[in-house]
Amino acid sequence: MLNIRKLTKTFFPKTPNEVKALRGVDLDIPEGCFAAIIGTNGSGKSTLLNAVAGTFEPDQGQISIDGQEITGWPEYRRANLVGRVFQNPFAGTAAEMTIAENIALAMRRGRRRGLGLALRRSAREEIAARVRTLNLGLEDRLDNPIGTLSGGQRQALTLLMATWLRPRLLLLDEHTAALDPKSAAQVAELTLEIVRRDKLTALMVTHSMQQAVQLPEHIIMMHKGQIVRQYGGQEKARVRVPDLLAAFDQVRRREQLDPTVADILTSQYG
Amino acid sequence: MTLVVGAFTIGLILALLSMGVWISFRILRFCDITVDGSITLGASVAAVLLISGWSPWSATLAAALAGGAAGLATGLLHTRFRIQELLSGILVMTALYSINLRVMGRSNVPLLNVDSLATPVARLLTRVTGGVDTILFLGWPVPVTDAAMLLTVLLITTAVAVLIYRFLLTHIGTAMRATGENAQMVRAQGINNQAMLVFGLVCSNALVGMAGALLAQYQGFADVQMGIGMIVWGLASIIIGEVLVARLTPGLALCGAIMGTILFRLLVAIALRWGLNPNDLKLVTAVFVFAALVLPSGIKAVAGKLRKGSRHA
Repeated sequence: MLNIRKLTKTFFPKTPNEVKALRGVDLDIPEGCFAAIIGTNGSGKSTLLNAVAGTFEPDQGQISIDGQEITGWPEYRRANLVGRVFQNPFAGTAAEMTIAENIALAMRRGRRRGLGLALRRSAREEIAARVRTLNLGLEDRLDNPIGTLSGGQRQALTLLMATWLRPRLLLLDEHTAALDPKSAAQVAELTLEIVRRDKLTALMVTHSMQQAVQLPEHIIMMHKGQIVRQYGGQEKARVRVPDLLAAFDQVRRREQLDPTVADILTSQYG
Repeated sequence: MTLVVGAFTIGLILALLSMGVWISFRILRFCDITVDGSITLGASVAAVLLISGWSPWSATLAAALAGGAAGLATGLLHTRFRIQELLSGILVMTALYSINLRVMGRSNVPLLNVDSLATPVARLLTRVTGGVDTILFLGWPVPVTDAAMLLTVLLITTAVAVLIYRFLLTHIGTAMRATGENAQMVRAQGINNQAMLVFGLVCSNALVGMAGALLAQYQGFADVQMGIGMIVWGLASIIIGEVLVARLTPGLALCGAIMGTILFRLLVAIALRWGLNPNDLKLVTAVFVFAALVLPSGIKAVAGKLRKGSRHA
């Protein structure tokens, strides 16, 4: 479904601020798989997600969805295949437009936009029906500006918009991180519900080990721009938060060891 | 009364410009000063075409297209060549000064003895009223030609406003509104935000070009200097409009832009009557826009400080 080959990206190359965000990432996500990417700050997990979404052009490597290479596609074109929810709960909606108008935009993702009215009666009824399934009471406030809603409500709506037309791939970028604990739990639950119901292929970046253990079927662990470990199938079913923390520790220890060993070797043989 | 009719007529003509500026400034959130050049472009194109025998309708339409082309240039400079938004506008505006002189062949083209959009309306009014020169409007005598002009621009501006309103509710229109507010979200919904911005600037400047064509027909000439400061006039009108109606829905905001322009023109007419030096008009307008932009937040800041001060005391 999603295939990534040798993906490399360096930000601010040849400057003191040079960051090697991705160092040759290979990743295959099969159809219908819900995978989470975890990693420390600066591990490249959000960069990897943004590379798939198309917010920047990679230095090297290929990204393809359903066997079709999309590496050179602009961000808006990838939106035909990809639905997205952002970390910032205000990033996925236009605040001054109404709830219904925001959703109407999502109803045309990847379709031609013409001079027909965005909110015909039939569209309005469909919107009300699906917003009702969120159980947030928003179906009576469809003509309110979406900016009057809370972050949690807006994030739930963004999720609904991203999955309104079944995306080939759903990208979730720490989409519960900026919410209060209660809203975060609600949005996480809603995510799982929608992904299971529509059998979506999804890639979620999270910094919550708890969430990584509970929600997805597959865990991808990143460190310093590389994938260091993956948990799938039986192993994923057994893995718990302490196991993930231990794995991180191991990665870090190995990394601390390497330069020291290298130093000893150079001092002795150099 | 001539003063009021004149202010209403110019107000309704410039309402087209204000709606254009509203699209760029409020919808696209793009500070587009191409306007100063594109209104003159509209006026010169219309004037030259009218003199060479085009019908007023086709001349006005051509002026709108010319304005749209100016918007296209600004939009492409910004999106394709990544020039800052203000600078793109400045470049096109500056280039238009020479282009306008080229179009007209000199700095001023008078429109004597050519038909305007109001001519058929004037003929109709004369026929209906039985050939009088002036008609009574609220008890005041108004020359038939002035009444015809007012009626014509009222019809045109209303029709254009309805069209814009209806457009903003379409699929493309909602996409355009979202583009100015949240380009990231728009891209995530599969919309090419840059193309949308360029298209918006084309629409905006087409309206401005149309305003230029009507202005030339109303005042009877096109002049290469006529566009200077128009962007500030447009902004002033929009700000007045936003005081009149809260900027809640696109429909209300459009009504506000029209009403604001007319009110602004009335204020200008009154100020000039009271002896304001016409040379000071642009300075006064600029100060007004400055005050309107700064005062609301300034008042809030001062009020906040006072409140904090009293809490400490």
